[in-house]
Amino acid sequence: MESNQILEIIYILEDSFIGEYVRSSLWLFPVIQSFHLIGLGILGGSVVLGDFRLLGILFRSESVSYVILQTKLWFNIGLFTLVITGVPLFLSEAVKCYYSRAFWIKISCLILGVIFVYFVRNPTALKSRNNFLLKFIGSVSFSLWVVTAASGRWIGFS
Amino acid sequence: MMEFIEWLASTSSSVALRESLYLYPWIESAHVLFIAIFFGTLLFVDLRLSGYVFKELSITEMNKKVLPLTIIGFILMCLTGFLLFYAIPIRNYQNLFFRIKIILMIIAGLNAYYFHRTMNRESKTWDKDSHIPFVMKFSAVSSLLLWSLVIISGRMIAYNWFDCDRQPQSEIINFLTSCIVETELYESLDGI
Repeated sequence: MESNQILEIIYILEDSFIGEYVRSSLWLFPVIQSFHLIGLGILGGSVVLGDFRLLGILFRSESVSYVILQTKLWFNIGLFTLVITGVPLFLSEAVKCYYSRAFWIKISCLILGVIFVYFVRNPTALKSRNNFLLKFIGSVSFSLWVVTAASGRWIGFS
Repeated sequence: MMEFIEWLASTSSSVALRESLYLYPWIESAHVLFIAIFFGTLLFVDLRLSGYVFKELSITEMNKKVLPLTIIGFILMCLTGFLLFYAIPIRNYQNLFFRIKIILMIIAGLNAYYFHRTMNRESKTWDKDSHIPFVMKFSAVSSLLLWSLVIISGRMIAYNWFDCDRQPQSEIINFLTSCIVETELYESLDGI
């Protein structure tokens, strides 16, 4: 797809009903943002607990699979909250996001992070006993989410 | 108090922070990350208390494992938070949401103090039990609710709806934000 075609779609998204609605309100954007932050906290908690177990920092006497199973549901809840609040935030300023480097870094890391957690981290954590591999996976996952969150905050500065 | 805040604002590091192009956003991003660590780990402590996760661990065990991380997150969050305040002291001090946030944090702190005092005294009787006293569950849920409100009011600090330099505001708002407004200035504009 050519870049001007992407930009056309971006303009359609920005002009969408939800985009217009969020933009027209003084309060809506910050309120949605606040819930986005709470979603980040929920996701952050499960990522920290899971990845720190993989890294061998936390829950050393519990098995890796146990910690992953206990935190999985809350990872999903956090991610759901983030997406449901993130989409209207994006729609309200889609064009600004398109031109923001921080936004593209964030989206890339987010997609990588989601794929990594569901298809690499969790399946491996439930099966593997290779400590080196688990530590490696834990550090990759943690880094991806740190960059996603931090670059997300940077969208607001650009 | 205002004199102290004005002095803070005049210190050279405050000026440097305020005028920095990248330092302030970096601190802000770090603040958000530490919020996620603090709030996220606290969520799991409270979820264990309510009996939703890590049921195989006793409450004391769970607290012993997770709370140190919550405390580290809290300290770093406060440290970065203070720097953000320090960068723009006067504006923050007179910001309505900043004041609401501080009050909510004090309430959350008192709740945490009450919780841990009771916990240390009584936990032996219900630690491994699935029946945690109602007051303790209530305290755990309140803690999450209070910190959520802290996050929300914290996010709102960025908005200048009730700031002193945006007049006219209602008298209540100016009272709550300690704004001193020369009302005559506005009265004279009435005829225009």
